[in-house]
Amino acid sequence: MSKSPDPSTFEVQQQALALARGSLLESADLGDPQLDRAMGALLRPGVDWGELYFSEYSGESWVLEDGIVKTASHDRGRGMSARAVSGEKSGFAYSDDLDPATLLSAARTAGAIARGGGRGRIELRREGASRRLYAAGDPGEGYSDTSRVELLHALDREARAADTRVRQVIASLSIARNLMLVCSSDGRLAADDRPLVRLGVTVLLEQNGEVRHGVAGWGGRLPLADLVAADSAGEYAREAVRQAVVNLDARPAPAGEEIVVLGPGWPGVLLHEAVGHGLEGDFNRKGVSAFAGRIGEAVATDQCTVVDDGSMPGRRGSLEIDDEGTPTGRTVLIENGVLAGYMQDRLNAGLMGVRPTGNGRRESYAHLPMPRMTNTFMMPGPHDPEEIIRSVKKGVYAKNFGGGQVDITSGKFVFSASEAYRIEDGRLGAPLRDATLIGDGPTVLTRVSMVGSDLALDPGVGVCGKDGQTVPVGVGMPTVRVDGITVGGTA
Amino acid sequence: MSPNELSERVADALSYARKRGASQAEASASNNTGLTLRVRMREVETLESHQDHSLGVTVYRGQRRGSASTSDLSSGAVRETVDKALSLARFAAEDEYAGLADADRMATRFPDLDLHHPWDLEAEQAMELALECEAAALDSDPRISNSEGAGVDTGESAFAYGNSHGFLQSGRSSSHSLSCVVLGEQDGQMERDYDFSVARAPEELTPVKEVGESAAERTIRRLGARKIRSTRAPVLFTPRVARSLVGHFCAAVSGRALYNRASFLIDSLDKPVFADRVNLNERPHIPRGLASRAYDGEGVATADRDLVCGGILKGYFLGSYSARKLGMETTGNAGGAHNLFLESTGQSYEELLAEVGEGLVVTEMMGQGANTVTGDYSRGAAGYWVRDGAVEHAVHEITVAGNLKEMFRNIAAIGSDVDRRGGIYTGSILIEDLSIAGA
Repeated sequence: MSKSPDPSTFEVQQQALALARGSLLESADLGDPQLDRAMGALLRPGVDWGELYFSEYSGESWVLEDGIVKTASHDRGRGMSARAVSGEKSGFAYSDDLDPATLLSAARTAGAIARGGGRGRIELRREGASRRLYAAGDPGEGYSDTSRVELLHALDREARAADTRVRQVIASLSIARNLMLVCSSDGRLAADDRPLVRLGVTVLLEQNGEVRHGVAGWGGRLPLADLVAADSAGEYAREAVRQAVVNLDARPAPAGEEIVVLGPGWPGVLLHEAVGHGLEGDFNRKGVSAFAGRIGEAVATDQCTVVDDGSMPGRRGSLEIDDEGTPTGRTVLIENGVLAGYMQDRLNAGLMGVRPTGNGRRESYAHLPMPRMTNTFMMPGPHDPEEIIRSVKKGVYAKNFGGGQVDITSGKFVFSASEAYRIEDGRLGAPLRDATLIGDGPTVLTRVSMVGSDLALDPGVGVCGKDGQTVPVGVGMPTVRVDGITVGGTA
Repeated sequence: MSPNELSERVADALSYARKRGASQAEASASNNTGLTLRVRMREVETLESHQDHSLGVTVYRGQRRGSASTSDLSSGAVRETVDKALSLARFAAEDEYAGLADADRMATRFPDLDLHHPWDLEAEQAMELALECEAAALDSDPRISNSEGAGVDTGESAFAYGNSHGFLQSGRSSSHSLSCVVLGEQDGQMERDYDFSVARAPEELTPVKEVGESAAERTIRRLGARKIRSTRAPVLFTPRVARSLVGHFCAAVSGRALYNRASFLIDSLDKPVFADRVNLNERPHIPRGLASRAYDGEGVATADRDLVCGGILKGYFLGSYSARKLGMETTGNAGGAHNLFLESTGQSYEELLAEVGEGLVVTEMMGQGANTVTGDYSRGAAGYWVRDGAVEHAVHEITVAGNLKEMFRNIAAIGSDVDRRGGIYTGSILIEDLSIAGA
C-alpha cells in the first residue's frame, strides 16, 4: 500500500487519530509516558511483539412493531486491551476501565505469557491508510430522532400498501460508531473512526390461516442520511412483501443432488462458507483446514476468481485499517480456479513468513484479533444470467439465502435457501419451501460450469461469527451454475 | 465490583430516573471476571484475563419506553445513561402494553441456588489441566493427527437487578469449563470433533482426561464418513443435537412469536403438539443449575411448571409485555427458560439403536434451517448409519428435513442418556420418519 498519502486524505486520517487520542487516551490521562510504561511492561523478556488497543463503541437501535415505534435504545462501551505475542503464544488482558494503572496492570498480565530477553523503549510513529473509504463522525448526524421515527413508519406504510394480506411489519434501524486506536510495539500508532448503519424490515403475511414471512434489509459504512437518500425504503419494504407472497405458494423442495443456479448478490454466502473460512490464515498455519497446503492447486473451474476486499468505499465489510493497524486491500483467494492465497493477520502471517493482508479483525477490545473476511466475492464471468437458467433442463434456482455454516476440517458446508424455484426446461417454475443446501468446500467450485456477467454485492446486512466473535462482513457473486449440490428438501 | 456496589449503582440509576421524571424504571448491572487458557499441540497458545462490567436501564414516561446501557459505571456515566434513555423515550410511541411487570408478581422468596463456587485457578494450574486434557486426546489413537487445542475457562459474575416497585436484588454466580477439539486423519480424509464439560463448581467438571479421550473417540468415530443416497428413515438425534429440537419448540411458544402470529404453534394451548409420550417441565430452582434463577429479567418470581403433559401444550414462555399483548399472565420467562427437562421414555442409547433398526444417528448439525413461522425444518447433518441396530459406518454431507409440527408428533422415544451440560436436559430423541437428502 502507498505510504505517501495525498494531502486531503492524510488530513482525514490525522483527524481520526487526533479524535481517537482525545477520546480514548487524553480523557483517561493516557499520554505518551503512560503508553511507554505500559509498552515496557508488555514487552517482557521473550515477547516478540505486542500492542495496546483502545476502542469506544456507541450505538442506537429503534424498533417498530404493530405500526408504532415501541422502543429505542442506546448502548455505549469503551475499554482497552493489551496483547503480547511470543512465537505462537499470545497473552491477553482487557478491561473496560480506562486509566493508567489498569493499563499498566493489563500490560503486565499480558506480558507474563513469555519469559527470557529484553526490549528498550519505542518511538511511536503516526500512521494511517492513504484514502477515505467512509465518512468520519457520527453516522446519525443530520438525521433527527423525529426523522428516524418517520423512516420506520415509512417502511411500515410501504409494506402494508404493497399487499392487503400483510398482518404485521417489524422495522428496525441501527446506527453505530466504533472509534479504535492501536499502538503496537513496532511503533505504529493508527486509528479508525468506523460508522455502521443498517435498516431491516420483516413482513408477516396471512392468507387462509397460513402465515409466511419475508425479510429485507440494507446498510453499510455511510451516514444514515446517504443510506436512505435514494428513497430505498419503499423498495426494500416491497421486496420483503414479495418474498412473503412467493412463500405462500411454495412447494416442498426436492431431496438429493440437483443442478443449482445461484442468483447474484447474497447467494455469495456460498463463497463465504465453502472457501472463505477455509482460507483464513490461522486454520492453514495449523493445518486444520481442508485447504491447508494447497496453494497453487486447482480448487475451482477456471471461470472462478474469488477475492476478499476490505477497501471498497462504504461497504459493510470494509475497514480503512484492520484492528492491528494494517491497511486493508484486495486479496486474491482463487485466481482462474487456482488457489492463490490466504487471508492473514499479523500473528499468522509472521509464522507463515508472508505479509499480513489487512484481515486481522476483532469484535472489540475484549477479543483477540484473528484472520477474518471483509467483503468476499466472485468476479464476473462471460455468461448472460438468462442464458445460465436456460441451460438447465431440470434443477433449482436459489435466489435468496438465510445463513450458512462450515466445518473447515472436513470442508462440509451448508447454506439455507429462503427463496428458491424449480427450473424445468430452462424456465423458472414453482417456488420451493425453505431448504438447506449442503456441499463440500474444496470441490464445490470445481462443479461451477457457468459464471454470469452480473456481479452483485449483498445489500449490506451480513455478520460473520467465528470462535464466539461477531463482525460485519459483505458477500457477493454473479449468477452461477453449479452442476450438482445436495438440496435438503423433503420431496 | 461486588454485588453490593452494583446494587448501589442500580439504586442510584432508579432514583435518578424517578427524579428526572420517569414514571417507572428498571435497571440491571453486572461485573464479570475470568481467565481463559488454551493450549495447542502441547504448548500454551493463549492466556486471556477478562474483566468487564455494564449497566442497562429502561425507563417509562407513562406508556413510552426508552433504554440505554453503558460499560462505564461511574456515577456521572450512569446518570448520563439514564438521561439518554429518558430522551429516547420521548420518541417512542404510547404503547398500552408497555410497563414493568405488575408489583404483586415480584419475587419475595430467594432460595439459595448455590450458584457461586469460585475457582482460585492460577495460570500454571490451568496450563497443566489443559495440557493433560489435550495429551489424553493426542495420545489415545495414532489416527489423531492434529489439534485445535484444549482450553480451561473460569469465570465469576456479580449481578444486580432493581425496579421502581422497590424490588432490588443482587447475587453472584460462577461458571467453569473444559474443552478439547482434535483432528483425525485416515485415507486423506480429515475430520474433527470435540467434547467439553461445564459446571458451576470446579469439582463437578468431568476429569480432564475423560474430556480429552472422549473428544478423540468422537473424532475417530467420524473417520471414513461417506455420503449416502437420499432416503426416508428413522432418525435418532443424540443429546448434543436433540437439545436444539427443544430449542425450536421454545422459540415457537415464546411470547413475541405468538403475539406476532409468527409461529407454527399459535393457538395451540391445551392441544396436542407432541406425541402423547412427551412431558416437558421447567425447574428454575435446581441447585447449581446452569439456567437456575429465583426471579426473571423483570423481577418476577420463577416457579416449577409443566409445559407439556402427555403431549398436550400447557404453557408458553411469556414476559409481562407479551403476556399483556396475549391477554394472559407473565410466566416468569422474561429473558428465557430456566432449566427444561424432557422426560425420558426409559430406553438406553443402545436400546434406542435397536429401535432404529435401520436408520440414521445424528451427532452433529450445521446451519440454522428451522423456520419458526412455518415449522419447515432442513439442516445439515453428520453421524452414523445404523443397520440391524448397530452402527455400520459414519455419514456426512447430508441433510435431514421435515416439518417440526409433524416431527414433534412423531417422537417415538426419548433416551435415558441425559446430557446435563446446559439449560435443556434431554436424552437422545428418536423421530420415526424423516427425509434424508444425500447423493
